[in-house]
Amino acid sequence: MAPIARLLLLALLPTALTISSGSGDGYTINGRVKIPQGLGTKGFALPGKTSNVKVILNGGQIVTYLRPDGYFSFQNIPAGTHLIEVAAIGYFFSPVRVDVSARNPGKVQAALTENRRGLSELVLEPLRDEQYYEIREPFSIMSVVKSPMGLMVGFMLVVVFLMPKLVENMDPEEMRRAQEEMRNQGVPSLASLLPGGGRN
Amino acid sequence: MAIGSFLILFILFFFSSLNPILSLYEDQVGLVDWHQQYLGKVKQAVFHTHKTGRKRVVVSTEENVVALLDLRQGEIFWRHVLGSNDVIDGIDIALGKYVITLSSGGSILRAWNLPDGQMVWESSLRGPKHSKSLLLVPTNLKIEKDNIVIIFSNGRLNAVSCIDGEVLWEKDFEGESLEVQQVIQPPGSNLIYVVGFASSSLFEMYQINALNGELLKHESAAFSGGFLGEVSPVFSETVVALDSTGLILLTVSFQNGMISFQQTPISNLVKDSFGPAKIIPSSVTGIFAIKMNAVTIVIRVTDENKLEVVEKTNHETSISDALPISEGQQAFALVQRAGPEIHLRVKLAHNWDDNLLKESVKMDQHRGLVHKIYINNYIRADKSYGFRALIVMEDHSLLLLQQGEIVWSREDGLASIIDVTTSELPVERDGVSVAKVEHNLFEWLKGHMLKLKGTLMLASPQDIAAIQSMRLKNSEKSKMTRDHNGFRKLLIVLTRAGKLFALHTGDGHIVWSYLLQSLQKSKVCQHPIGLNLYKWQVPHHHAMDENPSVLVIGKCGPSSDAPGALSFVDTYTGKELSSLSLVHSVALVIPLPYTDSTEQRLHLLIDADKHAHLYPKTPEAISIFEREFSNIYWYSVEDDNGIIKGHALRGKCTGEVADEVCFDTRELWSIVFPSESEKIIATVTRKLNEVVHTQAKVIADQEVMYKYISRNLLFVATVALKGSGEIGSVTPEESWLVAYLIDTVTGRILHRVTHHGSQGPVHAVFSENWVVYHYFNLKAHRYEMSVIEIYDQSRADNKDVWKLVLGKHNLTSPISLYSRPDVITKSQSYFFTHSVKTIAVTSTTKGITSKQLLIGTIGDQVLALEKRFLDPRRTVNPTQAEKEEGIIPLTDSLPIIPQSYVTHALRVEGLRGIITVPAKLESTTLVFAHGVDLFFTQLAPSRTYDSLTDDFNYALLLITIVALMAAIFLTWTLSERKELQENWR
Repeated sequence: MAPIARLLLLALLPTALTISSGSGDGYTINGRVKIPQGLGTKGFALPGKTSNVKVILNGGQIVTYLRPDGYFSFQNIPAGTHLIEVAAIGYFFSPVRVDVSARNPGKVQAALTENRRGLSELVLEPLRDEQYYEIREPFSIMSVVKSPMGLMVGFMLVVVFLMPKLVENMDPEEMRRAQEEMRNQGVPSLASLLPGGGRN
Repeated sequence: MAIGSFLILFILFFFSSLNPILSLYEDQVGLVDWHQQYLGKVKQAVFHTHKTGRKRVVVSTEENVVALLDLRQGEIFWRHVLGSNDVIDGIDIALGKYVITLSSGGSILRAWNLPDGQMVWESSLRGPKHSKSLLLVPTNLKIEKDNIVIIFSNGRLNAVSCIDGEVLWEKDFEGESLEVQQVIQPPGSNLIYVVGFASSSLFEMYQINALNGELLKHESAAFSGGFLGEVSPVFSETVVALDSTGLILLTVSFQNGMISFQQTPISNLVKDSFGPAKIIPSSVTGIFAIKMNAVTIVIRVTDENKLEVVEKTNHETSISDALPISEGQQAFALVQRAGPEIHLRVKLAHNWDDNLLKESVKMDQHRGLVHKIYINNYIRADKSYGFRALIVMEDHSLLLLQQGEIVWSREDGLASIIDVTTSELPVERDGVSVAKVEHNLFEWLKGHMLKLKGTLMLASPQDIAAIQSMRLKNSEKSKMTRDHNGFRKLLIVLTRAGKLFALHTGDGHIVWSYLLQSLQKSKVCQHPIGLNLYKWQVPHHHAMDENPSVLVIGKCGPSSDAPGALSFVDTYTGKELSSLSLVHSVALVIPLPYTDSTEQRLHLLIDADKHAHLYPKTPEAISIFEREFSNIYWYSVEDDNGIIKGHALRGKCTGEVADEVCFDTRELWSIVFPSESEKIIATVTRKLNEVVHTQAKVIADQEVMYKYISRNLLFVATVALKGSGEIGSVTPEESWLVAYLIDTVTGRILHRVTHHGSQGPVHAVFSENWVVYHYFNLKAHRYEMSVIEIYDQSRADNKDVWKLVLGKHNLTSPISLYSRPDVITKSQSYFFTHSVKTIAVTSTTKGITSKQLLIGTIGDQVLALEKRFLDPRRTVNPTQAEKEEGIIPLTDSLPIIPQSYVTHALRVEGLRGIITVPAKLESTTLVFAHGVDLFFTQLAPSRTYDSLTDDFNYALLLITIVALMAAIFLTWTLSERKELQENWR
């Protein structure tokens, strides 16, 4: 009996992905949360376990959880326009507006509020996965070169290799005058050298 | 020296420009943040220790948590925090693999997979009327090989299949006045008894076939004395009840369908009777307890339904449920507190005189009384029974006792925090030793080389682990003294149990805890409630030797005129300095911006009769207060009537009690909202201690705008009466939301804006000259956030040089209460994806750092959103000048950047509040989020521009400097040599 009942239930569920008028005054919203396998496996974010996914109606009026197969249901819901949110660590879900109409029960009217995409059936999928951590860039020569130390070394190399070239291109006349001047000043002291190097 | 500093600056510049720490790297988790998980006060516990494997216990709590705990260490295997109105009525374990929970007033039944907490099925139960909810999981009752769960809720008895949650049969009990008290399933039979009272003097008994719900027998018998309160089942076909006076015990037996009463006046049992009694139900066969005032009496029912007092005690006693041990024997435990110890006794149900176990356990005085006990047995090596007991204390903590020892304890009181404040730690003095830094240069260099490897992604996993441990060790974050940056503080929290905790911000450990006697149940005060925490004394100038203290305000009972209670607690020692029971009530507490000579802050307490009382009650305080008498204004909000009133002080109290510190008040103004169209749903003001750095705001074209900064601004949101319900209950046409900015001194409405087609709930935050609020837009069916910024126009002309010269650079209009302040407002609205639980804003010491909004989302995460995104001057195409100013092009919705979740991949389950405290370092703010979980972190909204990050690699810097110096010397000598050679030539 029990296995048969379960089979029946499984067979019924896909067609029950709609709003059905339940017993009593309210309606029932059935839906499914589907987290694609490909998402969330890369990177650091732990793929959220389905046991920790919450489905929230109208900003916290009712909170429910997913069954192992991803189905959820809200029971005893009055007619009107409702908002369903899915809270799952590692995934970004758009809230969904669901219209429960008293006139034609059984008709699903659902749309993602983020991009106004209509849903033919209430299957909620994450729009994207959420990466909560910055990713460390892998080691590369560029990152070393771009680091302040790399820049300093680069600058020194420029000075060492390009400055002589500049000196070569100088007018020999002027060059001599400069050398003369330097000689007049005597041997450059460390103190006069350092700030000059820094200023460049 | 100059070159050194120059180089450091140079490198700093590059570091900050090239390596922006927007958010966290995964290996930085736990460096500055901590996360603690709690459960709340345990309501029910069910052990799962049958199998030889892991010993576990399932608990449900008052915070709507259902969780599976490890019985060895008390760790959480899994935990679910149900919705805030999904109160758990009962839990049990079925089939040895499912945890069954009944919640929401008995209307939702769920089964969770025991090992991993995955929900297996959920069914919704409804019934004709509201009633008690009872959950029963019979062990050996099967319908066609299907184990069943029996639920009585909402006036209906249901049998639900354990496998898939299908309702197998249901039976309504619709009798007008029938109040079902107990559902009893005698073990080994297929019968269910439903017993209850009808029209207060009828005892009703229904016998039902458990296999199909068929009503087998219905008997009722009248008892003229009526009934009071609960019944306690003592045998499978006998219950004990009290008559309506509470003086006579009734033993009701319904064997073979015949109801018979047996009356026993309590005065026959106990000589000195103390007035009406109350039954404490227990599931132990033949034993129940009654309570009269503070006296607990345990009574045994003999086979002939005779009652016998077996124990009478003045101590608060808790009795566990029955624990079946071998051959139909039942064991149960009694626990009492006596001084510094608790006494635990385990007895067999039919043998009161012998104890299976008698233990005394030393217990911290600040855990209070034992509120609940659950026992479980295990078989010792010598084949005798051993018992372990799970106890819930008055402070909501959960402890496991075994062999006279506390095996583990959980501070679950921290799941229900009412209020939070902070306190500085003591200043480091000479006697206090400073933690050693690195031992020698080599170690130091080695550490930094490791860090370098880490930043360059060359580190192996072992290296990463070494780096982590090194960071934790070096950071000194849990030291008990004040640090230079102001990161180390004490978080003082008040919990619902009336206990104060001091948590260290470094790692969240409990520094001290104190159970406040003034907030404990006593003869005078039956239902004490903790209200608020205030900083009472913050010594820093001329009272350096004093310890800081906090003021805890509570009241006695939920009514508005219940008398208040004050406690003053030293935050260094965690001892109560003094406590006061007030004669007046506490409706409002106003911390005044004045302190006396010992730096005690003056507080004004407004009672329900609109009298103001000043604390501390010293002549000095009164003289300070009288000087500022005319500058004190406050407001009160009456949500029910839709009235906001402004008040001021009038003079000394005139009346019966001539109290020096009592003052009469007068009403200055009132705003009455039309009750048929507007209902107040949110009021927000600025934080009292907020610091604003500058009043002027320079906008793109070198213009200056002056922020309208007033401590007396109040934001009020009202909604249409119809729109005050849940989302989906109203159409956009009949709902609107009105936002007001009100000056609370004059009562003038400075700004009013209507959002048509919107509804609450409204969450708002007020800071500087702006308010941001979150509400629901029914037309777009999305949440929206709006910002209102308010600017002072009266000073707008001040830029005129001539006016400056002529001395007219002050206000152009005279200040008067009657003149309308010349303000302009700018506002804008954006869509926001998520529902919001709470909003806070970062605060820093000097208010220079830009602000971030901290949004607690419905998913229990905290999102940091820069205030820049909520700038009303955002346009679709900002001009070049505006772009330079940092204005972001307008988008219709606010971005959600996953990296800006301050809680990263964690959840602060049951999030209720976010508190931000400035650190001493201007760039940094401390954030504490609390709910069922606690989360703490440091945030730098504009990055840490005033300090180096922890990642900063000093070794690399040093090596580079040394290398550069060496290179300079080398080139210098080389050039000298070359010159010499040239000279010789």
